[in-house]
Amino acid sequence: MSLDLLLQPFSYDYMLTALWVSTLIGAVCGLLSGFITLKGWSLMGDALSHAVVPGVGLAHLAGLPLSLGAFTSGLLAAAAMSFVKLKTPVREDAVIGVVFTAFFAFGILLISLFPAQLDLKSIIFGNILAIAPGDVAQLVAISVLCVAVLALQWRDLLLFSFDPNQARTLGLPVRRLHLTLLLLLSATTVAALQAVGAILVVAMLITPGATAYLLTDRFGRMLVLGSALGAFTAFAGAYASYFLDGATGGCIVVLQTLGFLLAFVFGPKHGLLAARRARRRLCLVAPAVAP
Amino acid sequence: MTPAPDRPLTLAARGVTVTYPNGHVALTDATFALGGGTICALVGVNGSGKSTLFKALMGFVVPSAGAVTISDEPVRTAQRRGWVAYVPQAEEVDWTFPVNVHDVVMMGRYGYMNFLRIPRAADRDAVADALRRVGLWDLRDRQIGELSGGQKKRVFVARALAQQGRVILLDEPFTGVDVKTEEAIVALLRELRAEGRLILVSTHNLGSVPEFCDQVVLINRTVLACGPTSEVFTADNLQRAFGGALRHFDLSRSTVEEHDGRQVTVLTDDERPLVLGQGGHLEYRDRSAHEKLVADREAGKT
Repeated sequence: MSLDLLLQPFSYDYMLTALWVSTLIGAVCGLLSGFITLKGWSLMGDALSHAVVPGVGLAHLAGLPLSLGAFTSGLLAAAAMSFVKLKTPVREDAVIGVVFTAFFAFGILLISLFPAQLDLKSIIFGNILAIAPGDVAQLVAISVLCVAVLALQWRDLLLFSFDPNQARTLGLPVRRLHLTLLLLLSATTVAALQAVGAILVVAMLITPGATAYLLTDRFGRMLVLGSALGAFTAFAGAYASYFLDGATGGCIVVLQTLGFLLAFVFGPKHGLLAARRARRRLCLVAPAVAP
Repeated sequence: MTPAPDRPLTLAARGVTVTYPNGHVALTDATFALGGGTICALVGVNGSGKSTLFKALMGFVVPSAGAVTISDEPVRTAQRRGWVAYVPQAEEVDWTFPVNVHDVVMMGRYGYMNFLRIPRAADRDAVADALRRVGLWDLRDRQIGELSGGQKKRVFVARALAQQGRVILLDEPFTGVDVKTEEAIVALLRELRAEGRLILVSTHNLGSVPEFCDQVVLINRTVLACGPTSEVFTADNLQRAFGGALRHFDLSRSTVEEHDGRQVTVLTDDERPLVLGQGGHLEYRDRSAHEKLVADREAGKT
């Protein structure tokens, strides 16, 4: 393969945009994924990513910015979940399941009713190659905002995730931190929607964090690592999709999964091989200890 | 008015009633008051409202009637000043979280830091002091899940120390902890009491209460009794608090024979037994701090 061929994607404007926008979204999602995985909000991320679909549809029909519709829809779903959870003894995962599928179903129905205006495929699977300049601007704004909030508040959010009771005992605004994390989750979901689509957003928000978790025991490092993994896989995935002529979202998430598998097997402490080594060491040491 | 930095704080609950959103009334009209420089046990069966009272003291639940005050300030104000420190039960903590011992103890210092929570020299010193005091300095870089049961408990005690909490609440500190760690924690709590701190320990381990708690709050849906251990910890009161939930073992005159030197040994697998004398008064294993009480009893008898 010649160098010219390898550099070919960079000669198209739409590819260049797709590459750097994907990288940016990958980095932001990866950064946030550390909090989502440790807070145990993975299911919540999945739910929000589906719940934004009717918002996207309605915004498109009304000629409003898609991000606005998606964001509103996601927050409505989150509010509905906490309301239903508060008022019924139904378990949380069931509540989340009921609410997000309701939103998603409404979205699908809406799209099928207006097939001329709405493209089901691009909402569900994303279409980064055809992203409009206005959407790029929104994406950048959302990303900058998320990174800024996390940079300023990550230690508070860390305490809130690890030990909310201690946060409360210290007089930290726990409810506001909860809302902050929820807003960040909704905003990044909306941002990532256009890159990989509603279905695969959740992978961007979980897999890098889960992978980083296997690689380090320090929270700060986990955030940096998750972000780096997210950025790299998004870039490489978008790049590979040019040659494979496959879905960008699919390429990105497959790469992220590969990264997770590598960490799962070769992780220095939590990997399968490390665990086996530790067991073997224990077996070697044990007879020496016995009298 | 703010009490002077070194003056011990007071903790008071006045007519505290807690009703949960589902209508369950967990606690009714609970009233007690404590002054600093004390280790007080909060004793009651499961479901007696013990943890609810704890939550009310920490401001996690808002009483539907009555109020909790700390040196006449509402709980919220006390929290902002970093007065209240909390040592959680081991089950409440996610031990797989990617934080090390030092990180967790540093979380006690958040109240002293600025908006960005970047530690200063004073914060590092406080954390180092706290870690040395509980004997975990050498393990400061360990991920918290790699600690033993006793070490895990001490991390959170160290966090309360680093916070310089003046009201320290410990939730079941001795469950799942070996005897050696229990003794180490008790020794540390006694030091903290001597420094004028108010320590409240929720426990169902009756036997250890007389050993280190000078006061007791006995609860069963309300405060049944509160005051010095020797007055509150009587057979009658405990019967009221626990009902039929306690196993009884009367060592009758035939067991405690003269030829045994009037000495019997009680063995239990886990918790310390509570031993009461004739008429239901407390028997202390270590009488050194209670000579006056024993002398009074002798005088009363004759």
